[in-house]
Amino acid sequence: MDAKFFPQTAELLRFLPEIILTIAGTLLLVLEGFKKDEDSRSVISTLAAISIGLAMYGTVVAYDNPGMAFSNMLVSDGFAAFFRLVVLGVGLLTVLCSTSYLEREKSNSGEFYVLLLFSLAGQCLMAAANELIMVFIGLEVSSIASYILAGYIRDDKRGNESSLKYFLLGSFATAFLLYGVAWVYGMTGSTNLQEIRVALDKGVPSMTMVSAAVGLMLVGFAFKISAAPFQVWAPDVYQGAPAPVSGFLSAGPKAVAFAVMIRVFQTAFGSLMPKLEPVLWVMALATMTIGNFAAMWQNNIKRMLGYSSIAHAGYVLVAVTSNSATGTAAAMFYLAAYGMMNYGAFAIVTHVAGKGEEHVTLDHMKGLSQRQPAVAALLTVFLLSLIGVPLTAGFFGKFYIFKSAIDSHMYWLTALGLLNSAVAAYYYLRVLVVMYMHESESTEPVEAIPGGLKITMWLTAAMTLVLGVFPGLVLDFATKFAVLNK
Amino acid sequence: MYSLFPPEFFKLTIPLPGYLILSAILFTIGVATFLFRRNVITVFMAIELMLNAVNLTFVTFSNHFGKVDGQIFSFFVMVVAAAEAAVGLAIILMVFRNRSTLQIDDFDTLKN
Repeated sequence: MDAKFFPQTAELLRFLPEIILTIAGTLLLVLEGFKKDEDSRSVISTLAAISIGLAMYGTVVAYDNPGMAFSNMLVSDGFAAFFRLVVLGVGLLTVLCSTSYLEREKSNSGEFYVLLLFSLAGQCLMAAANELIMVFIGLEVSSIASYILAGYIRDDKRGNESSLKYFLLGSFATAFLLYGVAWVYGMTGSTNLQEIRVALDKGVPSMTMVSAAVGLMLVGFAFKISAAPFQVWAPDVYQGAPAPVSGFLSAGPKAVAFAVMIRVFQTAFGSLMPKLEPVLWVMALATMTIGNFAAMWQNNIKRMLGYSSIAHAGYVLVAVTSNSATGTAAAMFYLAAYGMMNYGAFAIVTHVAGKGEEHVTLDHMKGLSQRQPAVAALLTVFLLSLIGVPLTAGFFGKFYIFKSAIDSHMYWLTALGLLNSAVAAYYYLRVLVVMYMHESESTEPVEAIPGGLKITMWLTAAMTLVLGVFPGLVLDFATKFAVLNK
Repeated sequence: MYSLFPPEFFKLTIPLPGYLILSAILFTIGVATFLFRRNVITVFMAIELMLNAVNLTFVTFSNHFGKVDGQIFSFFVMVVAAAEAAVGLAIILMVFRNRSTLQIDDFDTLKN
């Protein structure tokens, strides 16, 4: 390891998205202090959106300068660029969606966007981490900001509880991850992914302890991706958090936690993957089944989407279990597609829920097709995509995942996974039935959809449909960078 | 006090597994406390205990290898734990203001 005190310019460019997000976040925090009245604060959300746009540009710059940075602690490759773009995309949608939401809830302040930018910086760092300690730092930067975002509406009891549960269980999980990292460090003498791989090939003092350490790390990751049996926090957190934040949490941090899990397991612990496969197999099946069957009994839309996000984590785990380049590409495609369609669904919930998020049960969806036909139609697109109906992104997502599972000869898991998606259709279709076949009981006037929310809904719906017709747009890129263990 | 022990006692060094077993015990106590105690502050302290067990492991291995990187990692962990404590206590305070209780079992607004 040649120690250079000052990093080279190329190294800084590979770290550009995080630099932009951190500086922008800090500046906005200062700017917020100068904006005393509520009205002038809308400029902060605009600036936050611009900074996320700049960070996307930074991602492209980082992608054009592939390679390692800071003594091999970070790696800028296509895989990192892909997930950075996914989380930044989700972040941009969150900004668009939140502005009107926060005004409606009378909590419009700049900190929300600052925390969002810091959380995104952590997630971008995770996507590029090539070192277990960097994974930990990225994870914590992202999580600590999200804990606050989940309880952002301070007087809301649901938000408080959601924030507390997210914080306690999230930190608990991180401690497991970290204990695993400490033992990997002890057994291999390094936390760099490539060096761990080399050390494992050469032989380590105790393979049992390495397996135990990987088990501990798996517990940490399973919490973050809400995989069974560590999924209990997800429905509570998604139900209690503000709707735009729930969408953010279910799409961004989850996608990037999967990215880290795939990178760590395939790069550093490639030799252990055959041993891990049965564990992941059971975990994938349990996650899908628990998520889908629990979602069937939910009356609260946000909670139902929470359970559905557990089920979808199960599908992605199927792709991770297959441990192949096609599996990784399928997981990447699915996470991007899921981010779009699920965020869209949460954007609709944000609108329909109304002030104080009072209207979040299935009964409140009655007759939505008559009251707000466009909103009902858009929600239909998202729900059909979540089911996996052809011509939507969800169909190709599931198709590639189960194809990769069959390629890896996991026929049982494929069959059980497909059965699971059939079960899932029940609770998504139930919402459609309520929307289209029941008369509305509400006589309140229909609220106009605010501009940012409208853009979010239409944009995510358009993406869902475009990816459903031309999956190659994303899949080709994913396939190109799905090989990690080099 | 000094004369109670023979001089050789102070030259003894605890072997490597001793520290690792201690850190494992601390970690287990943390996990058990997290799972079985019902007060939010105690549960939060359990997490800190787990992180400190991790620090002990890092420092032990660092000393064993004769490299400093493990000790630097433990600094990272401390910094993050401090940030986490700041945010965590703020969240606990916010919950307490709204509900006037710190018992985990009372936080049951969110359910099926």
